[in-house]
Amino acid sequence: MKRTGQKVVDMRNITKKFGAFTANDNITLTVYKGEVHALLGENGAGKSTMMNILYGLYSATSGEIYIKEKKCNIESPNDAIANGIGMVHQHFMLVKPFTVMQNIILGMEPRTKFGTIDLKKAEQDVISISEKYGLIVDPHAKIQDITVGMEQRVEILKALYRGAEILILDEPTAVLTPQEITELMQILKNLTSEGKTIILISHKLKEIKEAADYCTIIRRGKQIDTVKVSDVTESELASKMVGREVSFKVDKKPKIPGETMLKIEALEVLDNREIITVNKLSLEVKAGEILGIAGIDGNGQSEFVEALTGLRKVKSGKIFMKGKDITNKTPREIFDHKISSIPEDRQKYGLVLDFNVAENFILENHADEPFAKSGILQHSRIFQHSENLIEKFDVRPKNSFKSARSLSGGNQQKVIIAREVTNDPELLIAVQPTRGLDVGAIEYVHSALVHQRDINKAVLLISLELDEVMNVADRIAVIYEGKIVDIFDAQNADMNQIGLMMAGGKS
Amino acid sequence: MKNLLKKFLKQFSNNVLLFTLISILLGLFIGAIVLLAAGFNPILAYSTIITGIFGKWKYISYTIIRATPLILTGLSITFAFRTGLFNIGAEGQYIVGSIGAAAAGYFFHLPMFIHIPIIILSALIAAGLWGGLAGFLKAKFGVHEVISTIMLNWIALYLQNLLVYTEGFQKPGGETSYDIQPTGIITLLNEWKLSEAGRAWFADHPILFDLFKTPVNFGFIIAIIVALVVWFTLRHTTLGYKLRAVGFNKNAAEYGGINVNKNMIISMSIAGGLAGLAGAVQVMGVSHNISLLAAMEGYGFDGIAVSLIGNNTAGGCVFAGLLFGALKYGGQKIQPAIGAPSEIVNIVIGTIVFFIAIPKLISLLIKIFRKKDNRNVR
Repeated sequence: MKRTGQKVVDMRNITKKFGAFTANDNITLTVYKGEVHALLGENGAGKSTMMNILYGLYSATSGEIYIKEKKCNIESPNDAIANGIGMVHQHFMLVKPFTVMQNIILGMEPRTKFGTIDLKKAEQDVISISEKYGLIVDPHAKIQDITVGMEQRVEILKALYRGAEILILDEPTAVLTPQEITELMQILKNLTSEGKTIILISHKLKEIKEAADYCTIIRRGKQIDTVKVSDVTESELASKMVGREVSFKVDKKPKIPGETMLKIEALEVLDNREIITVNKLSLEVKAGEILGIAGIDGNGQSEFVEALTGLRKVKSGKIFMKGKDITNKTPREIFDHKISSIPEDRQKYGLVLDFNVAENFILENHADEPFAKSGILQHSRIFQHSENLIEKFDVRPKNSFKSARSLSGGNQQKVIIAREVTNDPELLIAVQPTRGLDVGAIEYVHSALVHQRDINKAVLLISLELDEVMNVADRIAVIYEGKIVDIFDAQNADMNQIGLMMAGGKS
Repeated sequence: MKNLLKKFLKQFSNNVLLFTLISILLGLFIGAIVLLAAGFNPILAYSTIITGIFGKWKYISYTIIRATPLILTGLSITFAFRTGLFNIGAEGQYIVGSIGAAAAGYFFHLPMFIHIPIIILSALIAAGLWGGLAGFLKAKFGVHEVISTIMLNWIALYLQNLLVYTEGFQKPGGETSYDIQPTGIITLLNEWKLSEAGRAWFADHPILFDLFKTPVNFGFIIAIIVALVVWFTLRHTTLGYKLRAVGFNKNAAEYGGINVNKNMIISMSIAGGLAGLAGAVQVMGVSHNISLLAAMEGYGFDGIAVSLIGNNTAGGCVFAGLLFGALKYGGQKIQPAIGAPSEIVNIVIGTIVFFIAIPKLISLLIKIFRKKDNRNVR
C-alpha cells in the first residue's frame, strides 16, 4: 500500500496514559493531503483521545506530531488552530442563546475601523462559506432553536471559518438524518476536492465504506491495522474493530401482537416557539410489538416524546395507557402507569452524571423499598442492586462507585437500559437508543428491545436511522411535519418508499 | 527533590483538603506581603493574632462564640448549593430568624425545657418561610434566587428596624427590643456566674472563670448537631438524594419523576431555616435581644465564604467556620497591639476564597510545571 503526496498529519508512536490506564499504546497515524481518513474503533478504544492529542486538548505521554512534515508542539487548541487543524466534537460546544453567526465568528470577529464588530462582513463571510460547501444555515437563528443536525453544520462552519485545512470530525453522522448524511458525504467530497484533509472518527462501517479513503483501526488503545477502504469489506472492518465476528441482522422471531397498550388520539403539541409541531397525531402501540417511528429530525419527534413522558404540555388530543387517560400527567404519574423511557439525550435527561452508577440505577425508585425505608436510603441494598445490574447488563468498568460521567457512551446507555428495563414497564419508549454507540453496543441494545417485545411488552422506538427502524421494528410509522403519514408492516416495507415519505413525498 | 515536588503536586491536585490548606497558606502569605508593604512586621502581626486566639481560655471561648453563627450560615449556603441554588439570602434569613427568636423569647412565658425549643422552632419557621419564599418565586415565576434573596435581605433588615421601634417590643429608651425571658437563654450559667455563690466558686477555679467570663453558650453544640443532621440528610435520606439530583442535573431529575420545583422550594426553606437558626442562637446565647441595624451584620455573607472554604460539605463548614471565627476575632487585636489595621484579616480571608474559587489556576500551574518537566525528560 503506497500513498503519495504531502503527509499533512503524521502522529508517530503516540502513547497516552491516564494513571495506570493506557488509552493510546504506541499508535502511528499518517494522513495524506486531500484524503478522508477514518479512525475506526469501539467506544472507549482511544479514538477520541488520539484526536484530542492532535487538537491540543491532551498532551501525549510520549510520541511526536508532525504537521505538513514539520515537527509541531501542539499544547492547546489555539496551537492546533494555528496549524490549520479544526475539530468538530461529538458533543457540540456552542453558546446556546447566541445566533448561528455569532457562534461562528466568536473569538475571530471581523472588525470595522471603529473597533466594533463588522456585522455585515461577518454575515457575508458566513454565507459565502456556507454556500461554498453546501452547508446551508440560517445565520440569524439562535442555537437553542435549531436542530441537532443544524448545530453540527454550525460547528463545521466554525472550523472552516477559522481556516481549518485539516478537519477532525468526531462521530459526525451520529446525529444526522439519512438525507443529511448524504449531504454530509457530498460536503466531505467538496472539502477534499478543495484540498482539505478530513479525519473522520467513526464506528459506522457503512459510512466509512462510503466516505473514507483510508482507515486506521484501533482496538483497546492499540493500533490494529491501517487499510485502504476499497480493499476491505464491511464485515472485515467490523471484525478488526471488535475482535470477533459481528452479526448485523437483528434476530427476531415472528410474533402476534396482543392488546393495545398505548393509544394516542389527535395529539397536538407546541414547540418552544409556540408553533404546532405535533399535528393531530394518532397512533397505537400493542403489547408484544415494536412500533418504529421513522422520520427526519425536527418533524416533531422530540416534542412528541416530551409530551408522552410528561415533560411538555399537550395542547389538545388524548393519550391513553391501557385505556387510562394519561394526558398532561406528571413524569412521575406516567412512570407509575408502567411507562419507562430511554431518553434521546442520555447525558441531559438519562443520567445524573455526577452521581455514581449505583445512584443512577435508583433515579426513579430511590424512595421505594427496598432502597429506602421511612425516608432513609439503604445503601447496602442500593449497592447490591447495582452490582446485580452491572453483572447482568455487563456494564464496564464493574464498579458501582464510578461516576456516570466517567463511563463511555455505550456503558452510559447500558446503565439507562438496565434501569428502565428493570422497572418492568408495560411500555418502553426508546428514543435514538443507539445514537453514538458502536456495533457491539448496538447489537446489545437491539436485542434488549427485542427481548422486551418477546416477553409481551409494548415497545415504541423513535429513531432517525431508517436502517435501525427497518431492522428492529415490527411496524413502521412514518412521521412528517408532526403527523403520521402512513404505517407499514416491516416485512413488506420498501426502504425507498419510506425514505421518500420521510422527506414529504406521497406514497 | 523534583520528583518529590511532583508527587506532592499530584497529591495536591487530587486532594481537596490539601488544596484548601494551600489556599489558606497562600492567603496568609499575601496578607503578610500587604502588611509588609504597609510597613508592619507580618510575623509580629500573625503572632499577635495567634496569641489573640489561643492566648487565654477566654479567647478560645470567644472564638467559638464568633464561629457558631458562621457555621450555621455556612451550612445554610452549603445546603442550597447542593441543590444547585445560590442562597445569597442567608443574611436576611438570619435577621428574620433572630426576630422570630426574640419575639418568641420575650412574649412567651414557659418553662425552660419547652421555651428553648419553641424559640428555636419559631426562628426555624420564620426564616424557613423567608427562604422558601425565594424558592417559591423561582419555582413559580422563574425569578432568580440571587436577585430575590438580595431584595429579601433588605426587606428583612428594615423589618427588624421597624419592629425594634414598635411599642410593646421596644425596650423603653433603647434601640433594642426587650430581652428574652431568662427561660430562653442558652448562655451557660448566665445568672449563677454573677451571683455570690458563683463568684466565690469561680475564684477557686481561675481557668473556668476565664472561660465563663464570656457569653459562652450551647450554640456551638447546636451547630455541631445541625452539621451532623445536614450531612446525614444529604447523604442518607431520600430527600437528600432528590435535592442532590436536582442540583446536579435538573433535567434528569425531572425525567426520573422528581418534582424539581417542589424540591427547590424545600431546599430554600431548609437553607433559610439553617440561617435563621444562626440568628436564634445569637439571640439566645449572646445578645438576648435584637437591636437597630445600621447595616447588615454580615453573618450571612460570611457564610458564603465559610461554605466555599468548607468545600460545600457539612463537616467542612464546621472547620471553616472555626477558622473564620478565629481570624475575625484574633484579627481585631492587631489594631490595638501593633497599630496595623484589622481589615488586614479581610484581605487574608478574601485571598483564601479567591484561591479556592479558582482551582483552575492552581491546576494550570501544575500543568505548566509538568510540561516543563516532560520536556526535560525529552
